[in-house]
Amino acid sequence: MVQIGLPRNANWPTVVPMMQPADLIESNDAQGRTVAFTGSLTLADLGELPTRVDAIPDDVARIDLAEVTQIDTIGAWIVHRLAVRTQAQVTGASDEASRLIDVVSRNDQVLESRPVPPHPIVRILEELGTATKMTFQTMVGLLGFLGAVVITSFMLLRHPSRIRMIAVVQRIEVVGVSALFIIGLMSFLVGIVIAQQGSVQLEQFGMEVLTVNLVGRLTLRELGVLMTAIMVAGRSGSAFAAQIGTMQLNEEVDAMRTIGVSPMEALVMPRIMAAVVMMPLLGFYASVMAIIGGAFLCAVSLDIPPVTFFQRLREVVPLTDLYIGLIKAPVFGLIIAIAGCFQGLQVRGNAEEVGLRTTAAVVQAIFIVIVLDAIFAVFFTWIGWK
Amino acid sequence: MSGEDIVISIRGLVNRFGNQTVHEGLDLDVRRGEILGVVGGSGTGKSVLMRAIIGLQSPQAGSIEVFGEQMLDRDPSDPELLAIRKRWGILFQNGALFSTLTVSENVQVPLREYYPDLPVRLREEIAAYKILMTGLPDNAGPKFPSELSGGMRKRAGLARALALDPALLFLDEPTAGLDPIGAAAFDEQTRALQETLGLTVFLITHDLDTLHAICDRVAVLADHQVIAVGTIDELLALDHPWIQEYFNGPRGRAAHGQSTYQKRDS
Repeated sequence: MVQIGLPRNANWPTVVPMMQPADLIESNDAQGRTVAFTGSLTLADLGELPTRVDAIPDDVARIDLAEVTQIDTIGAWIVHRLAVRTQAQVTGASDEASRLIDVVSRNDQVLESRPVPPHPIVRILEELGTATKMTFQTMVGLLGFLGAVVITSFMLLRHPSRIRMIAVVQRIEVVGVSALFIIGLMSFLVGIVIAQQGSVQLEQFGMEVLTVNLVGRLTLRELGVLMTAIMVAGRSGSAFAAQIGTMQLNEEVDAMRTIGVSPMEALVMPRIMAAVVMMPLLGFYASVMAIIGGAFLCAVSLDIPPVTFFQRLREVVPLTDLYIGLIKAPVFGLIIAIAGCFQGLQVRGNAEEVGLRTTAAVVQAIFIVIVLDAIFAVFFTWIGWK
Repeated sequence: MSGEDIVISIRGLVNRFGNQTVHEGLDLDVRRGEILGVVGGSGTGKSVLMRAIIGLQSPQAGSIEVFGEQMLDRDPSDPELLAIRKRWGILFQNGALFSTLTVSENVQVPLREYYPDLPVRLREEIAAYKILMTGLPDNAGPKFPSELSGGMRKRAGLARALALDPALLFLDEPTAGLDPIGAAAFDEQTRALQETLGLTVFLITHDLDTLHAICDRVAVLADHQVIAVGTIDELLALDHPWIQEYFNGPRGRAAHGQSTYQKRDS
C-alpha cells in the first residue's frame, strides 16, 4: 500500500516532506519570554507559522531552536527576522541552523519588487509625450524609408539585371497565389452580405433591382480593393515585418551588409514589387468574387437570374469604377509592403520586439490605407468619375 | 554505496526522435551532495537527458528515479510527483526569466504557485535574500530581464531556481556566453551555494574550467550512452579517444594545468 504524500524512502531526512510540521511554543520565565520552535522549519512544513510569528509581541528574550528537526533558508529567515525584530538571543541552534541563519542575515536587505511608479499626472504626461514623439519619429522614418525605396527603384530601373527575379516570384507566390482561397471566400461572402442587406433596404421602395448597382459599384470601386488590402496587410504585411525582424535579430541583415548585399535590394524590393504587382490582381479577383456572391444571392432570394444580373451590371457600372479600383490597388500594396519592411528593419534587441513591430506594421498599414482611400474617394469624385 | 545516497537513478533510458536515436540504454546515478558535470559533444543529448529527468520529455523506454520515486508513466497530478517537483530547481540555458515580470517577481513565482498561503511580505523578503545570495546587486529586484546583462540574467535565473530551497539543482550550461571573469565568479557562487545549502547539482557544461573548478564527478555522454563517470583524473586514465581528446586537447590541458596550479597554491 502506498500512502499519499509519504515517500517510500522514509529514512531520508532532507527529502521527506512529511516531517513533524513546524510549530512554536511561547513560555515565560525569570529571564523573560522564550519562543521555542519545534519540528521541521522548512518551506513545505511551515503551515500557519509565518502568521503566528508575526503575532508574537516584541518582548522576546530568547529564541530556542533545540527542538527543530530540520531547517532550510526560509525557516532560517523567519528565525532571523524574529530575532532582529525582538532583539532576542538565538539558542540551541544546530550547526546547519546557525550556518543558514548566518547566510540569510548576510543577505538581509530590503529590495523593491517593482519599479516605483511616478505620479499619475506625470505618468500621463510622460506617456503622451512618448507617444507623440514615437508617432513623429515613425512618420519621419516611414517617409525616409519611402525615399530609400524610390532611390532603389530608380537604381533598379537603370540596372534591371540587379532585380532579384527569383525572390520576387517567391514573394508573389506567398503574397498572391497562397491568398487566393481566403480572399476569394471572404469577398464572396462580403458580396452576399452587401446584396442581402442592400435588398432589404431597397425593398422598402420596391427597388430591389438596384441591388445590382449597389453590389457592382461598391465592390469594384471600394470594397474589393479595400478588403483585399486589409487581408494582405494581415497576411503578408505582418509576415514581412516578422521575417525581416527575425533576420534582424539573428544579425542576418548585418551579415548581408558586410558581404556587400544591400538589404534594400535583397529583402525590401522583392517584397514591395510582389505586393505592388499582386494587389491589383487580387483586388480585381476579389471584386469579381464579390459580384458572383451578389449574383448568387440575387438569384436565390430576389429571383433575378444571373443573366439579367450581369446584363444589368454592364449597364450600370461605368468602366471608371474598375479604373478607380485598379489605380488604388498598387498604391495600397506599396503602403502595406513599406510598413511591413520598415517595421521589420526597426527591430532591435529581443524577440518581444518582433511581436510589437509586427502589430505596428499591420495597424499602420491598415490605417494609412483607409486614410488614402478616403482621399482617393474625394479626388475621383472631384475629377468627375462618379 | 547505499541506495538512499542516490538522488537520481536512470536505467536503460531510450530517447528517439523519429529515426534519430539520442539515448540507447543509458544508465546514470547522481549521488547526494555532489556536483555532477555532464559533458558530451554537440548532439549527444545532454539537454535531452535533463529534459527527460525533469519531465519535459517522455522517453521511449527506461526508468528514471528521483529521490527514490519513479518519475515516468505517472499521472501528472500525482501529489508525490508534485512533492518532488517542489524539491528541485532548474536554471535554463538563457535564464528563461519571464520577461513581463521583474527579477523579484520572477523569484516569487514558484513560491506563489506552490505556497499561495505564504504572506506576501514574507514572500518578498524571501525573494530579496535569494536575489542577494546569488550575488546580484541590491538594485536588481525591480528590474526587468531585458534590463539585465547575460551574467545577471543567469544569476536571476539561479535565484528563481533556488526559490523553494530545493535539494536538487539542474544547471544547463550556466557559464555559456559569460566572459571568463563572470564565468569564474558564477562557478564560485555555485560551489558556495552548493556547500551552504547542501545541494545536489546536475550540471551540463562545455566549460572545461567549470569542470575542473567545481565538479566532483563528470559523466561523459557519447555513443548514445554514458560511457564513463568519475573524477577528471579517473577519466584521464581511460583511453577512450573522445575523452582523451576532450580533456587532453589544447584547451583541456590548459584548464587542467590551471586547476592543479590553483590546488597547489591553496
